[in-house]
Amino acid sequence: MNRFAALLDRLAYESGRNAKIRLMADYFATTPDPERGIALAALTGALSFTNAKPGLVRALIQERADPVLFAMSYDYVGDLSETVALMWPLPEGAAPPDHAPLLSEIVHGLETLPKRALPGQLADWLDGLDDTGRWALLKLITGALRVGASARLAKTAVATLGGLAPDEVELVWPGMAPPYLELFAWVEGRAPRPENLDPAPFRPVMLSHAIEDSDFTALDPSAFAAEWKWDGIRIQAVAGVSPEGERIVRLYSRTGEDISPAFPDLVEALDFEGAMDGELLVVREGRVQSFNVLQQRLNRKTVTAKMLRDYPAHMRAYDLLVEAGEDLREQPFAARRARLAALIARTASPRLDLSPLVPFASWEALAAARADPASAGAGVDAEAVEGVMLKRADSLYLPGRPKGPWWKWKRDPHTVDAVLMYAQRGHGKRSSYYSDYTFGVWTQAEGVDTLVPVGKAYFGFTDEELLAIDKFVREATVNRFGPVREVLHEPDAGLVLEIAFEGLARSTRHRSGIAMRFPRIARLRWDKPPREADRLETLEKLLGAEG
Amino acid sequence: MRPDELLHPAPGGLYCPKGDFFIDPTRAVPRALITHGHSDHARAGHGHVLATRETLDLMAIRYGANFAGATQAIAYGESVEIGGVTVTAHPAGHVLGSAQFELSWRGCTIVASGDYKDARDPTCATFVPVRCHVFISEATFGLPVFRHPDAATETAKLMNSLHVFPERAHIVGAYSLGKAQRVMALLRAAGHSAPIYIHGALEKISAYYQACGIPLGDIRLAKEAKKADFAGAVVIAPPTSITDIWSRNFPEPVTAFASGWMRVRARARQRGIELPLVISDHADWDGLTAAISATGCEEVWVTHGAEDALVHWAMTRQLRARPLHMVGYGEEENEAPPAAPAPASPPEATP
Repeated sequence: MNRFAALLDRLAYESGRNAKIRLMADYFATTPDPERGIALAALTGALSFTNAKPGLVRALIQERADPVLFAMSYDYVGDLSETVALMWPLPEGAAPPDHAPLLSEIVHGLETLPKRALPGQLADWLDGLDDTGRWALLKLITGALRVGASARLAKTAVATLGGLAPDEVELVWPGMAPPYLELFAWVEGRAPRPENLDPAPFRPVMLSHAIEDSDFTALDPSAFAAEWKWDGIRIQAVAGVSPEGERIVRLYSRTGEDISPAFPDLVEALDFEGAMDGELLVVREGRVQSFNVLQQRLNRKTVTAKMLRDYPAHMRAYDLLVEAGEDLREQPFAARRARLAALIARTASPRLDLSPLVPFASWEALAAARADPASAGAGVDAEAVEGVMLKRADSLYLPGRPKGPWWKWKRDPHTVDAVLMYAQRGHGKRSSYYSDYTFGVWTQAEGVDTLVPVGKAYFGFTDEELLAIDKFVREATVNRFGPVREVLHEPDAGLVLEIAFEGLARSTRHRSGIAMRFPRIARLRWDKPPREADRLETLEKLLGAEG
Repeated sequence: MRPDELLHPAPGGLYCPKGDFFIDPTRAVPRALITHGHSDHARAGHGHVLATRETLDLMAIRYGANFAGATQAIAYGESVEIGGVTVTAHPAGHVLGSAQFELSWRGCTIVASGDYKDARDPTCATFVPVRCHVFISEATFGLPVFRHPDAATETAKLMNSLHVFPERAHIVGAYSLGKAQRVMALLRAAGHSAPIYIHGALEKISAYYQACGIPLGDIRLAKEAKKADFAGAVVIAPPTSITDIWSRNFPEPVTAFASGWMRVRARARQRGIELPLVISDHADWDGLTAAISATGCEEVWVTHGAEDALVHWAMTRQLRARPLHMVGYGEEENEAPPAAPAPASPPEATP
């Protein structure tokens, strides 16, 4: 447990994706079975630790430590689990246990222990662990561990052990269970590739490249089909029958995460057998809702009856990978599409439909359709269209992001002129640069124009622009809060940033009441005085239009 | 007699009326006893300074040869008489040359320990508990959450990171007097034999440590090295430099900080630290309470830090205890001054 805790601790401080992968890979390479497999399960969310309430932790420390000293310490540290982990004393006169509990022992204990035995066992474990081990254990069992490492990242780290592509691990993953002995044996070249016996496995998805204006000249419009690009969540719906004859249906995110438990309404409604690629959307009264509405259903482990009623999930299909055991990925897109259309025509499910093709004769015609989806066939669903997809009619279904067969041509982003208010230092390559920017727009407060923060952006600029902003931040600092600097932002002095973003949503977490999707810096407007930056009313109007 | 007659807090520091001297005064005084060379304890401009040879030398390095009107060196275990008060120096284990001063007069003994630690440190003499009636203790880490791990295990974290990220520079923030040299010695003890690069601010003090017979290995100035040299190298710099413009010369740096404050996660995050190393030159909670017990004192005076918790603990052990509410200490150790002053007027430059 102490070693795993040290990894979690290091991951929590590390912000770089590649660095996190390497830290995990190093841990997997140097930790024996079955410990590393249990750790992998913990990192991929395959284990559920939630067992203890903060009240239990508080009671344990009150028994062990002077309450005045605990109160002073908690006041200083500000986090219950961390305070307890740091100050946890051995019973007076006791020698430290000679054996630190292993992660596997703790996981086994939590699974099998009766609830009333938990406090005593927890105290014994805490006695045996170091401070980082105690911190990780308390965070795990109170369900408050945040280290910023996704399941995908952990699987990628496993793949690097054997120089494999992450998708290869993804392919065999659904058949695997903790402690993943066959998986590690395979990636380390000690055993053959495990057979994926899962009746509804994930298949790595095919991704597209963003198209640039200069790409079109080399492309022949007649070789391509076009579809609407829906502003939802890309999913893969897979249905099959287990050896026991049980029907298994799963929904996967594009990274292979099983998201079925959050969408029982859609799982239940699917009546085909095979693997289908499409967009998860919320459809109400025959109309696709905006991404903001869909968001009510995202990032949840379970779902309430009210949510099922208010936000019904729907799948709009655009590709068929497997049908009734027959793998179609080696067939051209046109053939797969025909099979898909036939399958959808047979389905009785009202929650499954076909993403229509957008007819076009030239790139100009397609540009016109993209500019006005409502009159080019998208009808009432036009607001949920975020551009068009181009797919070569002869393209095979290739996992990854091959260049050439598929292109995405997104609608132009929204832009707003905002004023830089705060800047924060970045990490790694950017560790000495002020590279995270909080920006605001004007609003009236008690009759006075004032700036209200509306978002944060940390990319979109060139290296030269970063240097220029960094210089500005250092010269225009008016306040410091740790790594954050407040910069001058007055009507006639400050820096205006042109921010591009994909959409807006209402938010109670932001003072402005608005959250931006995917904001990035489009241009630096040195020429523009802050007083000419946009107003909150402009954003509110846009929010109204988006619903 | 009351111990207060021998020593008491006064504006400017702890004052001994019988000997007419101050200990670690925060302003210039005619006669001062200096426990160690950190700038919050050792200031320039006193009339006469009594300190260990090493502390006097370090003050000369920092402030120039004329930092005081006159100086007098005292060795560990040596006693001198000042106005009838017997003053004896003992090792404090904080940094090279750091001393506790034992003051005896008419059967009353007070020990002013300055800053101290009981943990092993190859770069300075080990702390010795001195029997006394009154023990004056710091409380920088005077909360039970501060229990510093073994410095060798913290060094192992840095060694492991060098192994996982062999192409990245590892910039370690460390106070220029004491901590920086201790980190170098710890790395050498862990088997790191490659050159260690340093910020210019560490040059003279590190050279002085080596001249005193403390081996630190191959130490080189970062400004004289090429960018390629820093891949997988350790670079040690004062805390203010590790996340500022100075660090741009290094390839994809891992930002580390060696300090007892790194024990608390929020503290490390606020500074943007990626690799916190809990290495402290102050006693931790267990060290403070053990040191106080070992002196056999009847009374504890707490100078600076988390006084309330240590005073509370002492009272639960039937010791008389009081906070001295001394101001002006702990600044070199706590927070570094901002790198550059904020401009008073709006900048006109827009590229």
